[in-house]
Amino acid sequence: MLKLNDDQLMLQDTVRPFMADEGKIETQLRHWRDIGCKDGFGHGLWKQFADLGLTGILIPEEDGGSGLGQVEANVVLEEVGRNLTPSPFLTTAVATVRALEGTEHAKRWFPTILSGETVAALAVDEGAHHAPAQTALEATRSGNGFTLSGNKQFVVHGASADLILVAARTAGRAGETEGITLFALEKGAKGLGIENVALADASKAARLTFDHVAVDADAVVGEVDGGWAPLARALAAGSAGAASELTGVAAGAFGMTNDYLKERKQFGRPIGSFQALQHRAAHLWGEIEIARAATLKAAQLIDEGSSRADLFVSVAKAKAGSVSRLAVQEAIQMHGGIGMTDEHDIGFYMKRQAVVDELFGSPNYHALKVAGR
Amino acid sequence: MPDLESFARDIRSWLEDNVPASMRTPMKSEKDICWGGRDFVFQSEDQKAWLDKAAAKGWTVPDWPKEYGGGGLGPEETKILRAEMKRMGVRTPLTSFGISMLGPALLKFGTEEQKQRFLPPIARGEIRWCQGYSEPGAGSDLAGLATRAEDKGDHYLVNGQKVWTSYADQADWIFCLVRTSKESKHGGISFLLFDMASEGVSTRPIKLISGLSPFCETFFDDVKVPKDQLVHKENEGWTVAKYLLGHEREMISGMGLGGGAGSSLMSEAIPDADPILAADLARFDVDALAFQAMSEAFIDKLKAGEAHPAEPSMMKYAGTELNKRRHELVMQGGGSDALEWESERSKGGAKPRDWLRTKGNSIEGGTSEIQLGIIAKHILQLPGA
Repeated sequence: MLKLNDDQLMLQDTVRPFMADEGKIETQLRHWRDIGCKDGFGHGLWKQFADLGLTGILIPEEDGGSGLGQVEANVVLEEVGRNLTPSPFLTTAVATVRALEGTEHAKRWFPTILSGETVAALAVDEGAHHAPAQTALEATRSGNGFTLSGNKQFVVHGASADLILVAARTAGRAGETEGITLFALEKGAKGLGIENVALADASKAARLTFDHVAVDADAVVGEVDGGWAPLARALAAGSAGAASELTGVAAGAFGMTNDYLKERKQFGRPIGSFQALQHRAAHLWGEIEIARAATLKAAQLIDEGSSRADLFVSVAKAKAGSVSRLAVQEAIQMHGGIGMTDEHDIGFYMKRQAVVDELFGSPNYHALKVAGR
Repeated sequence: MPDLESFARDIRSWLEDNVPASMRTPMKSEKDICWGGRDFVFQSEDQKAWLDKAAAKGWTVPDWPKEYGGGGLGPEETKILRAEMKRMGVRTPLTSFGISMLGPALLKFGTEEQKQRFLPPIARGEIRWCQGYSEPGAGSDLAGLATRAEDKGDHYLVNGQKVWTSYADQADWIFCLVRTSKESKHGGISFLLFDMASEGVSTRPIKLISGLSPFCETFFDDVKVPKDQLVHKENEGWTVAKYLLGHEREMISGMGLGGGAGSSLMSEAIPDADPILAADLARFDVDALAFQAMSEAFIDKLKAGEAHPAEPSMMKYAGTELNKRRHELVMQGGGSDALEWESERSKGGAKPRDWLRTKGNSIEGGTSEIQLGIIAKHILQLPGA
């Protein structure tokens, strides 16, 4: 059934009020931005995620987690999106957990991810556009391990991370998925330069420079030259999760806008009584429903281990991306002048949408994958 | 669920044994659709044999109760049956407005006697129905209809005109909205069933821009309709009409899924050096596959009784707009080949005719603008103008 089951609805019933109360814009996103927080999120809230068991949502039960799936992770992420709640949930508890599962690194990192002490980041992109197969950062064998040289960017939470998963090339050429190796790098590595960059939405992503960074052989996640397998798991989970977050962003912006259409009066009547706006709102509502269905389909296929999962992950990320972009644009336009002010929350939705839209690949990147190009 | 797994196995073996081989090949054109009815000309013996076998099993309407000719299957079982038929490439044995529109309305609003009388012939493909809704003066404003039904004691006397009556010239019976009172616009409408062979009924096909005539004008001149052919109460036909429209919109939204196996255009050839078309196709494929997921989610919601009554409007709107886009892209991909009215290069003219036909998708069954208005009012609860 392409709908949430009773357990998943219960999880939603728990997470929805939690995120609306504890993760709201006023006390989280706006607050951390205004005080210039270096992390862009609050560790206190991240600890609350852990106390609720959310950090272990994908961690197997034998390792102390809940052993749930992408559908459940996405339930959390839709609420994160709806409230623009800043946290390292997507990179740490979703993408990184997926990359490390079944490897030696799981034992080392899962306990502190569970407890909310570890923040993890993914260092994949090397240019302004997501292109994981183009990985060129060089890892050459040296003694017992490897030496890493090159650059990464758009490493979300990179400057706050205790653990950075780095995609590097040990063989083959840029454009090939074989020959990529994934390394688990702990913070403080010698030769690693970190520039903490503030993005438009007040979140933080790092630019990393690797100047002959030495790592041990046991830093390899999975197989040497076979890093695409754990990386692809992380990227699929990250993309599906981002699609859900974008659906939440769209739903949040839309909800606020639909309320405004009923309240705001011009020409002596609510602006929502004008057909020009009604039809646009109705179209948008339908598109958000479609994005949500596509995203749930992708999550279910991941959890089933289906061979069609990759296709629908790209459908979901592309659809949720374009729909949420429409949602935030319509939101600002329909709010009129007040929507252009920093005082009003709606602008945060536009800025967050743009960042998550790029994260794990833009709608164009995923549409081209769907089309087989 | 082991029960459902063994059910799926049983279905497979029954289909293997009973579906003629030619009924497991893709339909070549609309002519291969089996509509049933008194005057239906079967395309082949296999087509008739498959209809009869499916009807005997109750699988022309798998989810209707057995006593009315259905298969008595639950929602999950019906879903499995449809999925197996699709997977095995089995053609739908019977397509009709009796199945997709009137049947659900009769099951909900009909008397026991009406159900017994009208449903089994629909299930067996013996009677083909058409829909008498729109009128020259009542299109988007459907409740403004003027066709009169006067109370003459034991019968109604019907006078007026319908338009856009799909396949009225081939239909045996009509379900028809008529005005029984002028006191109230919505509260003066009744829902009547009558035989198209009744004295005073005439039809005239309307030729469309596609060159085809799937629609008719239908005229009623002193048509006598026995009173036991009134569905639900007099002057409360609008309730039935709206319920039926929901089912019609669901059916039309299926267009968004496209014909045949795939909903996307991934296989459509892209001319060299047209990156703009390639990009449009890529975006279309995303939207088509996302809509496919939406259709699955919508059906599951519907079966669970959790769908808002206005949700079919969203499905209809999204599905028909998507179908129009699909055919625009097919035409762009085909270039001047696709413009040939009768040739092999345009699939015997199917490409241009189908493309032109789709322009009606967002008009029939309530225009896109009507659907958006319904969503705005009933789901978003935006204030009236």
